[in-house]
Amino acid sequence: MRFFFILSLFFVTFNAQALDSSGRLLLTSGVTQIEGAAGGGLTPWAFIGGYGTRDQIGASAYYTNVAISDYHLESTGALIGFYDRVEFSVARLTFDTQKIGALLGLGADYKIKQYVYGIKVKVLGDGVLDQASWLPQISVGAQYKKNQEGDVVRSVGAEDDAGIDYYVSATKIFLAQSLLANVTLRRTKANQLGILGFGGDEEESHTFQFEGSLAYLLTRQVALGAELRQKPNNLGVADEDDWSDVFVAWAPTKNLSLTAAYTMLGNIVLRDDQGGFYTSLQLGF
Amino acid sequence: MKLFSLLFALTLSTHSFAADLSAFNAFGGKEGLLKVVDDLMINLLADKRTKPFFEKADQVRIKEKLVEQFCVELEGPCTYTGQNMKRSHKGHDINTAHFYALVESLQLAMTKNEIPERAQNKLLARLAPMHKDIINK
Repeated sequence: MRFFFILSLFFVTFNAQALDSSGRLLLTSGVTQIEGAAGGGLTPWAFIGGYGTRDQIGASAYYTNVAISDYHLESTGALIGFYDRVEFSVARLTFDTQKIGALLGLGADYKIKQYVYGIKVKVLGDGVLDQASWLPQISVGAQYKKNQEGDVVRSVGAEDDAGIDYYVSATKIFLAQSLLANVTLRRTKANQLGILGFGGDEEESHTFQFEGSLAYLLTRQVALGAELRQKPNNLGVADEDDWSDVFVAWAPTKNLSLTAAYTMLGNIVLRDDQGGFYTSLQLGF
Repeated sequence: MKLFSLLFALTLSTHSFAADLSAFNAFGGKEGLLKVVDDLMINLLADKRTKPFFEKADQVRIKEKLVEQFCVELEGPCTYTGQNMKRSHKGHDINTAHFYALVESLQLAMTKNEIPERAQNKLLARLAPMHKDIINK
């Protein structure tokens, strides 16, 4: 974990001389979503991470902590955005089963780890500058996910310990209304992000899922919003519910942003109504 | 989903049906715009990304034209007498980062003069499409 974060920091600081000159406006690259892409907390946005313009390279690193009723999820990683066009990201998720681990015969505090490698490419539009048209910024992306506990996820009925999510995101800031809107369509077979593997006895293959974000830009440094993320339901042994959150993101400078959210994750293996606080720190330029 | 529609309804209800002059008035009319543009120029000259474009220029004239332009964009009672954006920026190598640097200077100037965020964004929304004629590099 520590190594990962340090690596991420290296990513962010290797181009430190660019810190004060990097181009785009505060919060217009979003924060980092749970799987490492620039976006809201739960869903990727079409914006390319980092604050680089089409002439610049931007990068960021993040640490996210989700403390819900019976589980604990940490996500950490980094991304680099090239010329406001392509974003590469890497993330590590650590899901702590806490007391439920013992009930499942895994042992208390058993942790499931997963790596996510992401790519996102801006296809068209500029969701910030193109204020004269309704056209959003559109990006396509993929996230390759590799769960480290293959035996465990197969034992709950998952087909595989790795999978690829594909998505298309459309994001637009409606500046005159101080609103940001995003819709994402994802094709996935991941169970609970992949923490419970990929595919299952009820559905083996990819399905389409909808995700959306809406935010009000209170000031140029503060955004308030809500998100929804539809989820597949592939496993017979554990229901999977849609996720949602309400969030506030604060970016005092381009190098730092903090996000706090209340997130509702529904049923997660044996336990209903998993809700709790999501906090995230992001460093970048 | 319910949450979404609620949030959406809330945000819509806070800002519909405003009078046409509301944004112009929120800036304090032409007098307010003069102060904002004065501070904008101070910020532009203090920012090393934008300083080279303005330090040797006729700042008084630029400020005058900016006030007219902002006034027109806010639907105030003014006429813009300057050159079009493409022409006035010709010959300067202006990239996206320069453009955003000006936006930041303007945001800081507006905030310093306590212009409400909604009115700030209204002006920015009107100015943003000009990037097509301003960014030439």
